[in-house]
Amino acid sequence: MIELLQDYWRPFLYSDGYHITGLAMTMWLLSASIAIGFVVSIPLSIARVSRKFWVRLPVQFYTYLFRGTPLYIQLLICYTGIYSIAAVRAQPLLDAFFRDAMNCTILAFALNTCAYTTEIFAGAIRSMHHGEVEAAKAYGLSGWKLYAYVIMPSALRRSLPFYSNEVILMLHSTTVAFTATVPDILKVARDANSATFMTFQSFGIAALIYLTITFALVGLFRLAERRWLAFLGPAH
Amino acid sequence: MFDEMLQTLGLSAFSLKGFGPLLLQGTWMTIKLSLLSLLVSIMLGLIGASCKLSSLRIVRIPAQLYTTLIRGVPDLVLMLLIFYSLQTWLTGLTEAMDWDYIEIDPFAAGVITLGFIYGAYFTETFRGAILSVPRGQVEAATAYGLKRSQRFRFVVFPQMMRFALPGIGNNWMVMLKATALVSIIGLADLVKAAQDAGKSTYQLFFFLVVAALIYLLITSISNVALRWAERRYAAGSREAQR
Repeated sequence: MIELLQDYWRPFLYSDGYHITGLAMTMWLLSASIAIGFVVSIPLSIARVSRKFWVRLPVQFYTYLFRGTPLYIQLLICYTGIYSIAAVRAQPLLDAFFRDAMNCTILAFALNTCAYTTEIFAGAIRSMHHGEVEAAKAYGLSGWKLYAYVIMPSALRRSLPFYSNEVILMLHSTTVAFTATVPDILKVARDANSATFMTFQSFGIAALIYLTITFALVGLFRLAERRWLAFLGPAH
Repeated sequence: MFDEMLQTLGLSAFSLKGFGPLLLQGTWMTIKLSLLSLLVSIMLGLIGASCKLSSLRIVRIPAQLYTTLIRGVPDLVLMLLIFYSLQTWLTGLTEAMDWDYIEIDPFAAGVITLGFIYGAYFTETFRGAILSVPRGQVEAATAYGLKRSQRFRFVVFPQMMRFALPGIGNNWMVMLKATALVSIIGLADLVKAAQDAGKSTYQLFFFLVVAALIYLLITSISNVALRWAERRYAAGSREAQR
């Protein structure tokens, strides 16, 4: 157990000497996909609640597709599926993009989390109290100003508890990245396992690292909720 | 023309290249696995929820530990941990006892592992649902002289289900999608079938998309069924007029 830790603490945390691995890689995967998903999901969630069906329908179709299929299959399609098409390999730009495992993984993760986040934000926009919108309109706000100053700040705050759930689920989902040869925590654990045959210890260390990140995220989101959701709490 | 276009995409028009039966077998495996794991996890969830709500500390703390630890660790990590460790421990045991080598059936191990993991999620769902049943209901049942088991069967359970159903549906969807991971621990499920078919025909994209569509079909059917069940269990309750 101690030898295992001595040999593998570095790859488990940040590097195997050549690449970024382990915890650093998992955090990079998580933050990149969450950031892309967040930015893209804001316009998509506004489109999702649009009254015009030709705006709403494509977004609805997208979230239906990506929430109805497993992330593992989405990753396989991005990583091995698309690259097996000859037409993709013939295009230099597409070829360069899809040849890199990291690109494919982040693309699949971002598309997946974006679909869930879009539905979370759309739900929050939908559950907005009509009085708030009416008051904003009475003050002469309309169009994007109505969204930028009133609807989105309120909707994003109220979706915080659900969003924290999604971030933690995404952290747990990043574990499939090792199937695309990305050296995240689980990949290091598998390597340690096949080198030392200490199965329980290798995966146990990985489990402990994930547990720590989960608790840290839960704590961070609790702080964020205390700051941005204070108005929903009991009056002092 | 259309056929040519599909050919360039790596698809051949609507034929499964003779891999239909394999995919069907994989689908059946996925459905079997997820339904059995659902059963195991609902059982564990009911036991876990009653432990968590118990007044005895000895049962409450292990249940608390179970839900916290399992829900804090990714399902794939747990799957690999439990699946491989089970085999190692069993081999160690058989060697120590000088028995024959026993290989764990991957299917049974998969069901147990998935059931154990999602049991923690179901525990939380059921705990919340039991707490949502008004206290007066249990008190009234006690006043009518119902025994402990009768109280649960006739009073708490039917009312609890209404609160639990959205959570159950949610967990079921997550679990169904998690079964796609069992191909990593060597089970011949839908994903494995699609990968095998794709690799031997060099049309990986096509077969993976077919697998994705099959999953989409299963989740869509479950959605419809869940909505029906929610309506049924909501009988006798009124929704606020909006």
